[in-house]
Formats: sequence, C-alpha cells, structure tokens
Amino acid sequence: MSTLPLPTERGVTSVWRRITGALPTVVSSLLAVAIALLAGGVVLALSGANPVPAFQALFAGAFGGRRELAETLVMATPLILGGLAFAVAARAGMFNIGIEGQMVVGGLCAGLAAAWDPGLPIFVHLPLAVLVGMIAGGMWGFIPGFLKAQTGAHEVITTIMLNYLAYRISTVVIGQENLPLVNPALQATQPAVDNATLPRLIEGTRLHGGILIALAAVVIIWFLLYRTVFGFKIRTVGLSAGAAAFAGIPWGRTIALAMLLSGLLAGLGGTADALGLQGRYYNITLGIGFTSIAVGLVGRNTPFGVVLAGLLFGALASGATKMQNTAGISRDIVYVLLGFVILSVSALAVAQQFRQAKRLAARARGATRDRAAHDAGDPLLEPPPPPRAI
Amino acid sequence: MTAQDGNVVAPAVEMRGIVKRFPGVVANNGIKFAVRRGEIHALLGENGAGKSTLMNILFGLYHPDEGEIRVNGQRVRFESARDAVLAGLAMVHQHFMLIPRFTVTENVILGSEGAGIVLDREAAGKRVAELADQYGFDVDPHAVVGALPVGMQQRVEILRALYQGGKTLILDEPTALLTPQEVDELYGVLTRLRESGDTIIFITHKLREVAAISDRVTVIHRGRTVGTRQTDETTASQLAEMMVGRAVSLRVDRPPAHPGEPVLVAEDLHLEGSQGHAALNGVDLELRRGEILGICGVEGNGQAELIEVLSGLRRPQRGRVLLKDQDVTATGPNPRRRLGLSYIPEDRHGRGLVLPFSLTENVLLGNAEEAPFSSGGRIDYPRSRTLTERLMRAFDVRAPTPDTPAGALSGGNQQKLIIARELHREPDALLAVQPTRGLDVGAIEFVHKQLVAERDKGRGVLLISFDLDEVMDVSDRILVLSEGRIVGNFLSGTVTRTELGLLMGGRGLDEHAPAAD
Amino acid sequence: MLSFFSLALLTATLRSAAPLIFAAMGGLLSERSGITNIALEGFMLMGAFAAVAGTWFFNSPMVGLVVAILVGAVGGLVFAFWTVTLKADQIVAGTAIVLLGLGLTSFLTEQIWGQAGSSPPVERLPTIGLGMNVLLPVAFMLVPLTHWFLFKTKSGLRVLACGEKPEAAQAVGIDVARYRYAMVIVSGLLAAVGGAYLSIGDLSQFTTNITAGRGFIALAAVIFGNWMPWATMGAALLFGFAQALRFHVQALDLPIPQDLIIALPYLLTLIAITGLLRQSTPPAGLGRHPSSG
Repeated sequence: MSTLPLPTERGVTSVWRRITGALPTVVSSLLAVAIALLAGGVVLALSGANPVPAFQALFAGAFGGRRELAETLVMATPLILGGLAFAVAARAGMFNIGIEGQMVVGGLCAGLAAAWDPGLPIFVHLPLAVLVGMIAGGMWGFIPGFLKAQTGAHEVITTIMLNYLAYRISTVVIGQENLPLVNPALQATQPAVDNATLPRLIEGTRLHGGILIALAAVVIIWFLLYRTVFGFKIRTVGLSAGAAAFAGIPWGRTIALAMLLSGLLAGLGGTADALGLQGRYYNITLGIGFTSIAVGLVGRNTPFGVVLAGLLFGALASGATKMQNTAGISRDIVYVLLGFVILSVSALAVAQQFRQAKRLAARARGATRDRAAHDAGDPLLEPPPPPRAI
Repeated sequence: MTAQDGNVVAPAVEMRGIVKRFPGVVANNGIKFAVRRGEIHALLGENGAGKSTLMNILFGLYHPDEGEIRVNGQRVRFESARDAVLAGLAMVHQHFMLIPRFTVTENVILGSEGAGIVLDREAAGKRVAELADQYGFDVDPHAVVGALPVGMQQRVEILRALYQGGKTLILDEPTALLTPQEVDELYGVLTRLRESGDTIIFITHKLREVAAISDRVTVIHRGRTVGTRQTDETTASQLAEMMVGRAVSLRVDRPPAHPGEPVLVAEDLHLEGSQGHAALNGVDLELRRGEILGICGVEGNGQAELIEVLSGLRRPQRGRVLLKDQDVTATGPNPRRRLGLSYIPEDRHGRGLVLPFSLTENVLLGNAEEAPFSSGGRIDYPRSRTLTERLMRAFDVRAPTPDTPAGALSGGNQQKLIIARELHREPDALLAVQPTRGLDVGAIEFVHKQLVAERDKGRGVLLISFDLDEVMDVSDRILVLSEGRIVGNFLSGTVTRTELGLLMGGRGLDEHAPAAD
Repeated sequence: MLSFFSLALLTATLRSAAPLIFAAMGGLLSERSGITNIALEGFMLMGAFAAVAGTWFFNSPMVGLVVAILVGAVGGLVFAFWTVTLKADQIVAGTAIVLLGLGLTSFLTEQIWGQAGSSPPVERLPTIGLGMNVLLPVAFMLVPLTHWFLFKTKSGLRVLACGEKPEAAQAVGIDVARYRYAMVIVSGLLAAVGGAYLSIGDLSQFTTNITAGRGFIALAAVIFGNWMPWATMGAALLFGFAQALRFHVQALDLPIPQDLIIALPYLLTLIAITGLLRQSTPPAGLGRHPSSG
C-alpha cells in the first residue's frame, strides 16, 4: 500500500507552529477578560459609579509606574502559584476549589515556622519554613485527592468543606493565648524572623523573592507535565480514565498525587504571601484561592498561560486597591469581574472546543483519503467518565 | 405516477434529494427513499454509509440541508422528534432509549402521558397491559426495565412506539444485541405488525436479515442511494456489491491453523458482576500458539469481565490466569504486557486512545515507562516520535504527522494506530475485542488480515466479538460464553449458526435441536 | 430546665435546617433534571442580599422577599442559559455564579450603604413564635410538595426522565432544555428564599458571606439524601442540628472550643460526602447533555 509523505516539523517551524497554534487560545482568553471588564463596567454604571475614572484608576494602579508594576508582580506571585496549583489538578481531571484552604494551612504553618526562632542561619531557616508551608498545603490538598480515590467523594464539595475547616483551624490556632508563636490580638502569627523572610528584591517596593520561586515553579511544572512519565500519567488520567486503566496507570494514586502536588503549590503560594509580603501570617480571608481558579482557567491550565493570566489578575488586584483609594469604589468589584471572567471563559471554551473539533476533522480528511468511518454525529472529544456525581 | 390504475396510494414515507452536510463530511448526498404502506422495507448499507443520519433526519433529530420529506403524501418539516411522532412515525433505537430505573409503564407513556397534571400509574398500567395483549407481548407493565432481558426491553420500545400511535416504525439495527433465537421472535413480531397494517423500516448492514424479513430493500453507499429492489428478486451477492460499491469476497482468506502449546490459560475464573448479574462463573479457557480462538456470545454475558480479568484490569475472586506458564493473576496490565500480552480494546475512544493526545502520545500509552520511550522517568519525545512515524508507515496509518491528535483520525486509522502500537511489541498472545466495530469494509479486511498474520507467526489470538459472523469467519476454534460460563467449544466448521445461537441464548443443544432449521 | 433546653435546641435545629431545606429542594430539582448545581451558594447570597435591599428600599420585608425571589429566578436563568443552552461546564459555571454572588453582594453592600461588611438593620419577616419566622413552615411544606411533584405528576416524570437519560427523553419528543431551564430557575428561586430566610428571617441585616457555605452544605444534603426529598430533609436536619449545637455548647458545658463546634457541620458534610455512611445513586444523566444523534 502506498504511504503518504510524512512532513516533519523541527526547530523553528515547530516553535512557530506552536506559537501560532496557541494564538486562538490567547485571543479567546483575552476576549473573555474583555467581556468581563465590559460587564463589570455595566455593573459599576448601574451601581451609580462612573466606570471610566474607575477603570482609569485601576489601570494606573496596575501599570502607572515602577512601584505599581512591582505591586502587580507582588500580587501576581501567589496567583501564579495558585493558578499553577489549579492547572496541575485540572490536568488530572480534578477541579480544585480548595486552593484557598491549602493556602491558609500552608501560610499558617509557614508563619509559625518562621516565627519560631532557634537562631538558624537564613539558608536553613528560610528553606525550612518554606518547606513546612508547602508540605502543610500539600497534605491539605492530598486529603480530597485521597478521599476521591478511595470513596469517589467529589472533590468540589470536599475541597470547599476543607476550606472552611482550614479557616476554623487557623482561627483556633491563632487564638491560642498560651502559644508564644501567635498574636491573638492581631489575629496573626508573630512576625517572621529575618532569617525566615523572603528577601526584598527592589528597595522601595514590596517586591520579594516569591516571584522567583513562582517562576521557577512554572518551569519545573512544565517539565514535569510534558517531559516526564509522571506528567504523562497525570495528563492521561485527566483526559481518559479508561485509557489510563488500559495503560496500567493507577487512577486513584495518580489523582491523589496530583492533588498533593497541587496542594504543595498552593501551600507555596500561601507561604510566599506570608513570608514575602506580610512578614507574618494573617488570619484573614485572602480570596486568592478563588482568584487562582480564574487564573488557571484563563491560562487554559498550561504553565505559561498561567504566568500571563497571573500577571493580568495581579494587575487587576493591585489596580483595584488604587481604585478603592482614589475613585472610592469597593475593591470587591474584583470578585464580580472574576465571576464574569469565569463565566465568559466557560462559554468561550465550549465554542472553541467545537471549532477545534471541526478543524481537526477537516484537517484529517484533507490528509487522509478515506472518510470518517463513524457517522458524522459522533463527538470527537469525549470527556472522561465521572466516578461519582454531585 | 407509477401506478397506472389510478388507485394511487401515497407512500408511507418518501424522501427525495436529501442532503446533509457535517463539517467536512457529506453524510447524505441526494438520497432517494420511498416506503410503501404496509411493507417491511430494509435500509441496507455498511457502517458510515449514512443510514443513521438519514433516519435521524426522517425522525426530526437533524434538519436536512436540502431535499424534501413526505409522509403519507403530505410534505412535512419536522422541528423535533415530537413532530415526527405526531405524524405517526416511531423509532426503535439500536441503543434502547429506555430509562432503566423506570417501570415498563413509565417508559411507555413517557412523552405521551395525556392531559392533566397528576399521573395515574394504575390506569396507565392497564392501558399498557391491554396494548401488550393486543399484540401478544408478554410484558409486566410494572416491571423495572433495567431488570428485563434485552429482547424484552426491545419489545418495550416497540410497545412504546405503538402506544404513541406509531404507524410507521423505524428499527435501527434492531438485532445487534439479540441472540439468533430472539431475532426469530423479533421477526415474528414484525410480521404480525405488518399484518395489522403497520409499515416498518428496518435498518441493517446484514444481508442475511434483509433476505429473512424484508419485502423490499433500499441500498445506500457513501451517502447516496444505490437502488431499491424487490427482496425476492435479488441475491445476496448483488446486494453486497451494491452495498460496498465493488465485488467483495465475504470470506476471510486463511490457511489451516497449526496450533502449538498453550500461551494464555484461564482456570476456573469467578467474578462478581457490578450489579450482581452476568459475572464470571467458572470460566476455563486455553489459547494456543498459532490459533485464533473466537469467543461468541450475547453482550453482557461476562465478556467485559473476562476481558478485564485477562488483561489485568481486575482480579478474579477465584481462579487464575497463566501467561506463558507464569501465574499472572495478581499482576496489572503492564507486567502482562511486558511478558507478552497485547490487548486491542473494544472501546477505541474510551480505552484504546486518548483522543486529544497526539499520535506519539497515544503510542506511549502502556509503553511510557519503558525504553526506548523513556529512561529514568523522563520521556524521550524525539525518539518516541520517530518510532511513531515508523509505525505509521508500517501500518498505513494515514495522518499528516505524529503530532496530529488521534481524535482527528478516521475510525479505521485510529484502529490501525492501536493495532500498530500493540503489535510492535511482538506479543505472544493478542487479546482482540470487537476489533472491527464501526469500521468500513476496507478497514475490516485489514484488521482480519493482521489477525491471521499474527496467528501464522505462531502467536495466539483471542478474538472476542458480539458479531457471530465475524467469530465464525475468522476463528479456528470457537467458544460460547453464556451467563459467565463457557458452554461450548467447537472447531471451526463443525458447528452451525443455529447451534451456537442456542448455546448463546442459554439453552442446551439437545433441548431445541429438532426445532431448529 | 432540661425540657426548656431541649425545646430550644429543637427549635434551633429547625431554624438552622430551614434555609438548607429551601436550597436543597432547589438543588434536588435541578439535579434530578440533570444539571449539577454548585451555584446554590451564589443564589443564596444573592437572595439574602436582595431581600435586605428590597426591604430597605420599600420598607417591607414581604416586598424584600419578592425581590429575593425575582433575583434568584434571574440568577437561575443565567445559570440555565450557561449550562443548558451554551452547554458550558456545569462546575465551572457554578463556581462563577458563586463568585458573582460573593462579589456582587459585598460590592453592592459597600456601594449602597457605604460601609464594608454589612448592611444597616432592616425590618424582619413576621414570626410565628419561638423565634421562628413565617418561612420556616414553608420550608417543611416544600418537602412533600417536591416529592409529590417529582413522583406523582406527569411533569415530574418528565423531569426525572431528563435527569436519568436525556437522550431518551428527547427521543420521545420531550423538550429537555425546557424542563432543565424550569428546574434550574426554580432552584435559583428557592435557594434565594433560603438566603432571604437568613438575612430578613433569622437576622435583620445582610453581612458579607452571610451564607458561610450553606449552599454547598445544602447540595451535600441532597447527595447524602440520595436525591430523595424526605431523606434530603433528614440530612438537612442533621446538618441543622450540628449548626444549632454551636449556640448550645455553653449551656451544655461541653469541653470543646466553640470554634471547633462551628466547624462541625463542615466536618459532618465532609464525612457524609465520602459515602462512608451511606451509598448513593445519583440520577444517571446528571451533567450530561442529550447527544444529537
């Protein structure tokens, strides 16, 4: 039988292809954000505020100068880590709404470890505190993964409940009058000792070493997901539980480990905030965990997409503070924008999936002479079977 | 028009110039199709010829891009299945559109509950029972449908069609899940319906069924009508030629087998089923090198469980599996793979492939942890890609590059990719489950040739299929699986369809032998 | 003394369970029609806020309730449009609704009343004694009503069909989208009433995140109740009891910190959801769209 010539893609063409191939995704993500901003503007207008100066203040707060740019990076740091956490879980087919709780537990434990002062040098104490925060977040993420693997309990409900439990535990620990590491009056841990604080990168700004940790994490996670057997297992499990079983990949262990990894990243996010930005852990609702979901979704659960989305939402967060201060508009509008972003992403994702299926079908038929053997109504992209509904 | 005597009876259904395009495919390309009132009309075509699309159009589930439809002479335009039902059409689906947790009555009346708010289950049950009596169906209106045997479920579907006032019944591949005996019972039901004046459209890709039941037959091929014939004025080979567009040999060409020593052995396998039914109930089998061992049976009689136990996805509660004399009962799929067992799964999309993955990544499935695909936990993508390229060439997988997503390939090419992946390991035993499901004739030929070639290389091939014809055509030896037990073991050519059918249906040979043809 | 305490605990349990029942019955109807509904929390928040805003603007808690119902229905409509018409991922869209509920209500609280965190006090719904408001008996009447609707009416049969096997419902000409729209809108409306119960029934003001996860707990009650109305009510009562304990822990003199008692419903939900206590069978078509063909 004759064989079609198989064109190979290497080097520059391959990179170029990858960039142009990603363009529609980038465009649709930006479109989602634009739609959300528009909808947010409508909400602002309806609530009696003038959206134009509001958005101007927002923009100025995000990009208006060296300090504002640094602030955007500061805000982006936990978001990139949180978005990465969401992406890793999502690649394994898990919807991790528990990033918030994992950050709380991670931040709390890192805060305690950093407030403790046995006089260790910085190259021991700082990594130790970071590690403690990561592991604590990782364990908090592992629980829902383990529960799903063992009992099929849907992660959406378990992670939400674990968020509330994390707040409770944090409140109880911080409220302990006889624990020297905490300051109940301030609802925080004692300040981190210097040797357990992430160093400031640029004087006169709040930019700290966390951003470097976040960017390193992005590269590591990319490598893990796309270049290792473990990453291959995660992605297989996330796309097809049936194919994973066929390939001898244990579904339960893989999702539990993916959730552990997700929790590690989220814990790292909480840690970076506590040891880099605040200098201690504060027992307040961060909301970063929820923003992380949007970061992951807008970044299409790819490591580099998460960086871009994290920067975007970081800008939004730092701009919102300015908007509150100068235009007198509640920064809670950010949550409204988040809701709109997620809504538009979910709608656009469906549209894009549809177009992609169409394109794939057309391309395959261009290359192959024989027709699709199945009737054309068959879905091209089937979702993995859900183990248990909620 | 055609009738000269002025006694023109409008066709029950007439479709003219039907065109339906899907992105990149023209599923129906000017189809002409007319069904007389009171006849059984077969719609014949191979998988993917456009039969289902055409019927979905007739039933209002798709809208045609071009063409017109007349029902009893009236031009119609159905917006939904509801409109089709109101016009007297009814569909009996291949995969039953019944709700397992509902009772027979609830399923039958669903969508035609009548006026009012409150549902009177008693009264409805009586109406359903009356209708069932009228057509001689023996069904309990209060039975839960999920607990009924398949043949009975199909009768519930037919009953519903009649309850909805269906005068023209469309049956989509209605024999796919039935034993030959249940098929005979179905023919009886259809004949009775024809006698009471109903019209039946019988969709099939099996020539035998056309001859057995239809008055006339329309053949379609690649979205076009090839022609309509009076069934008793045509022959099977004529129809076959019309169906595939060329003369085909319906036989699988294969020299006699030379079985060697056993390569895969199952001993006394027991497994409880998920819902307590059709588990494994003491299965023994022995696959030898150099033979194709076929397992036939009606779906749901333990095939899925047997495959899972043999491939290493599930552990049996009792019994053991030996692969090349090693006890592998407690090992998962990958150790068995390394020991020499390859597996072509029944469900290409759900198990055999990850559709959004590239072809390279799909080749990695089951191989990712081994050299040369990976070392030290790191996947060697360039090398994997080159290997994939080589496999694509060797097995004629038509795709632009190894980076193409598997979802973009046709069913035949997807199956070729799976076969390439499984055979490149040069297995000692090959587990092939429904390997030709949903493929066109060319691809089926390819797959069967590969199986025979493997056999001739001295490998053992275990073929599990719900298509009795396939098992009989390809196998050297045939086992019958019924209710989780092997109930028959025959050398190919020493057993008839009827005998196999009786065993598949759970009846002993001696019980029924005289009654069969 | 003991009897008075028991009565207090009983009424507290009923009071805590009632908003859960509103949301849970809504969630049950939506899920029985095949739409996974984690948006309940968002609907509750919107309802709680709208009730207070309506009461504040029109000086009438009854008008406030009506406003909550309308807002809940609109929220349900949006969610239905996303999940049914656009076929967006139901979990993702649900998350968006929750965030919108959280964001819109806290943003508008600050915009309208100029103070972050809470609204000024407003008039409450009338009470019927023992600290119970008029909505409480309504919640418990909803349970037999839901049961009757789903299992005794023709429309109920169709809803069940849409949830069990949407393609089968479609095949007999049932407009699956229409039934799902209706059920999702009803779920928004009922959850919003549950929210209003909290803000103008139990309390007399809106506070940020007033629901504190009750929408999710209601959904857990549906799952724990195996998608059956009476059993779901039972689960809601159990969770309500766990909440009520919080106010009685001091009276009971238990050696447990109150902060942990507050965590009890969450912990209980976590355990219930694992199915360790009880196996459940969800509607078979939950989260699935009828495939066309």
